[in-house]
Amino acid sequence: MTLTVEPSTPVRRHASLADRARAFLPKIVLAPSFALILFFVYGFILWTLYLSFTNSRILPIYELVGFDSYVRLWSQPNWHMAIKNLAIFGSLYIFFCIALGLLLAILLDQRIRGEGVLRPIFLYPMALSFIVTGTAWKWFLNPGLGLERAMHQLGWTSFKFDWLISTDMAIYTVVIAGVWQASGFVMAMFLAGLRGIDGEIIKAAQIDGASTFSIYRRIIIPLLRPAFLSAVIVLSHMAIKSYDLVIALTGGGPGNATELPSTFMYSYTFTRSQMAVGSASAVMMLMGVAAIMIPYLYSELREREK
Amino acid sequence: MSAASPTVSPASARIARFVIYGLLILLAIVYLLPFFVMLITSLKPLAEIRSGNMLALPQNPSLDAWGKAWGSACIGVTCAGIKGYFWNSIQLVVPAVTISTILGALNGYVLTKWRFPGHKLVFGLMLFACFIPFQAVLIPMARVLGMLGLSNSTAGLVLVHVVYGLGFTTLFFRNYYEAFPDELIRAAQMDGAGFFQIFWRILLPSSGPIIVVTVIYQFTNIWNDFLFGVSFASGERAPMTVALNNLVSSSTGVKEYNVDMAAAVYAALPTLFVYVVAGRYFVRGLMAGAVKG
Amino acid sequence: MAFLELRDLHKSIGGLDILKGIDITLEKGGFLVLVGPSGCGKSTLLNTVAGLTPVTSGEIVIDGEIVNDLHPSKRDIAMVFQSYALYPNMTVEGNIAFALEMRGVPRPEREAAVAKAARTLQIEHLLKRRPSQLSGGQRQRVAMGRALVRDPLVFLFDEPLSNLDAKLRVEMRAEIKRLHRDTGATIVYVTHDQIEAMTMATKIAVLKDGVLQQVGTPDEIYRVPANLFVADFMGSPAMNLLRGTVSADRSAIELDGSEPVRLALPPTVSREKLAGGQNVILGIRPEAITDESLRDPAAGVVTTLELPVDLVEPTGSDTYVVAPLAGTEITARMRAQSGVAPGRSFGFVFNLDKAVVFEPETTQRID
Repeated sequence: MTLTVEPSTPVRRHASLADRARAFLPKIVLAPSFALILFFVYGFILWTLYLSFTNSRILPIYELVGFDSYVRLWSQPNWHMAIKNLAIFGSLYIFFCIALGLLLAILLDQRIRGEGVLRPIFLYPMALSFIVTGTAWKWFLNPGLGLERAMHQLGWTSFKFDWLISTDMAIYTVVIAGVWQASGFVMAMFLAGLRGIDGEIIKAAQIDGASTFSIYRRIIIPLLRPAFLSAVIVLSHMAIKSYDLVIALTGGGPGNATELPSTFMYSYTFTRSQMAVGSASAVMMLMGVAAIMIPYLYSELREREK
Repeated sequence: MSAASPTVSPASARIARFVIYGLLILLAIVYLLPFFVMLITSLKPLAEIRSGNMLALPQNPSLDAWGKAWGSACIGVTCAGIKGYFWNSIQLVVPAVTISTILGALNGYVLTKWRFPGHKLVFGLMLFACFIPFQAVLIPMARVLGMLGLSNSTAGLVLVHVVYGLGFTTLFFRNYYEAFPDELIRAAQMDGAGFFQIFWRILLPSSGPIIVVTVIYQFTNIWNDFLFGVSFASGERAPMTVALNNLVSSSTGVKEYNVDMAAAVYAALPTLFVYVVAGRYFVRGLMAGAVKG
Repeated sequence: MAFLELRDLHKSIGGLDILKGIDITLEKGGFLVLVGPSGCGKSTLLNTVAGLTPVTSGEIVIDGEIVNDLHPSKRDIAMVFQSYALYPNMTVEGNIAFALEMRGVPRPEREAAVAKAARTLQIEHLLKRRPSQLSGGQRQRVAMGRALVRDPLVFLFDEPLSNLDAKLRVEMRAEIKRLHRDTGATIVYVTHDQIEAMTMATKIAVLKDGVLQQVGTPDEIYRVPANLFVADFMGSPAMNLLRGTVSADRSAIELDGSEPVRLALPPTVSREKLAGGQNVILGIRPEAITDESLRDPAAGVVTTLELPVDLVEPTGSDTYVVAPLAGTEITARMRAQSGVAPGRSFGFVFNLDKAVVFEPETTQRID
């Protein structure tokens, strides 16, 4: 026992100033990034939105004129062309990427020797820029010197492939190049899904007497639902944003045959001096992406909570 | 999970294997073909391209087109090849990747280990920022860069790529640090480590894989970007992709396909190199960017 | 004066009350075990002491100072976590020395302190290894070493043995107890395992739904539980709880059920506090119900009942015998070779000296 007299009431010790300042440190660290995002993303979106209600031409004008530019936008044949092309490109791009991606994933999932060699081959286009992809395919599909002539020289003289310069067919070359680039990525997503399936479920189905085909149709593919959803979301998001590929492959032509909303926005804003119309088209694109991404992100964040 | 049914007879199983391998090899050839054609075309002289078969191997392979693409091809009015633009891209990518990765790591750290009321909203806003179509910010960005005097400059492009890459880098690190045990942070706090000490001594040494993933993802995205480059730096400071597009789509003079293809290979090499060396991390980045939240 | 004192601690998160006014004191060198079912608030309580969770109201006093406002690292406490929380990128040595390094202790002193802690815990041969190369028991020791090297005012343990297998848990339990004895440390220890609580504590605090149910020595908690919850929670097999009515002369309890059964009134309850005909619950531990041969010769109040045996559960050292009584079942503890067989009737000796009586409405013990 000590003989010192102990204080009857305890002393309240206060946190040092440094300790109290420390509590704010995390927020101080996060603040610059968040401010950048707020200003450069959300501020700019509002700015673009504002411009779409003005009569801006080559330079911004900040006088509001209502929905004029939207009216003009929707009366442009070019915009209708862009929307139509996006519908064609988007739906075919998503469909073929998923079909090819799923096929590749299922094929690779059959205990393939050399999977380690094959898988990167299907995925490497994803590492290339759209400009390189466009350049390669533009050459590959060149009606004079490309695939068509190669086939002729191989003896298939009736072979004809001039889609690249055909007003009706050019948009499909964009689909081909796009699918070539992204289907490997979809394959990787499905492969991850397949590898995540519990092998015991498959064994149980085999014992129940299901054929390989019906195991895939009735059990495995339905279990890949989340991968399908992710693929559709990612691909539609990529389709709406597609710009570089069209520029490099067809330049939006022939004529305006491969115009997409993204090329429309760029040319109206920066080369045709119709900034308000360009802004309006950007707002439409944003709304399209938001309609897809917000519900998806919301549900993903929700799921994480559980 | 592989579903080779044991009820199938050996003969039909062998046929099935044959079909599977045949299909896979055929598809692999199709996937390789465009790049292969690009590569062999870059090694052929122009005469051989005009007269020969696109698919045929070069009779006298030469690197002339590569030399020309690098050093003397005409892009716009200057005829100095793509080398200057290649360096533009390098000077752009290095700081942009570094800054966005560092900020993303710190943001992910704060958003998982130092949560505050409203952290979900902050993260949600940063996450959605990843997915906006950039057309919605192009015009204001062009104005702001002009006001800052950063039009047609590498610094301006670095700013743009940092800002629009932040969402992804934050997402990557947040998801990675989410799985990092909170108890370690508490233990370090009790041991007297501060905010930065915990980050530096405890979290960062365990962050190797996610740093690689993030750096590769950002590197690929920024190197391959075209839209920002063409919008904000289309002149002397243009990045590689913009220069390549200018070269390929110029309609003046004789069309030198071999030079075009060589330039395209130059543009593809850095990202392909990363893909070959660290493919695993590349795929992980793609998946992390796709399977969100 | 108490060394560690918790005064009317409240904690609510998002309108939900996690702690509802906790008052506990602990003397220097004491070993306090906080025990309760999962979700009772015991870990939150520990975290408030550590400073990892701020309190809503109330005071935490350590060694005469109110430490509420202090950062965890300034409270002079060390904590051993459930997952051990060893830094994966550092060696064992680095882990143990980290806290000293953060406090700017010079290297030679650090090394000496690490060596001393390692010697105490017999982990000297592990110092150069990384946590991933250690077994569960070794990690546990390193986690303790990390706390020990700090020589803090108070040690906090958050369910430190719950990740170990049964055998290792018993070993480490003894190890911690020895450490406490040898170092004279003041310890607050959280567990949901009532055996850990009984074996290690000098003082047990039982929590349920953020409310302190009882604080006392292990013996008090076990012998005279404050309410039905504590009675039921502490002890395995659980205390037998029998519903009944106080007889008119207040000398016995008439148990519910089809046949009239009377047990003498336990001496732990004073007759004045009871009224004839009052509903009560009688609690009696399995070891207080035996066969004739194990009857405690010192027992004062004893009732013997002839009951049919329903189930016999040999555990090796003892045999538990289950029999129906008062609309429920009782468990009695017999010798291993008691010769009891199911289906036969048997004389059960109730040592009512060790029984307690509860008020059914309030669930509190009547003394």
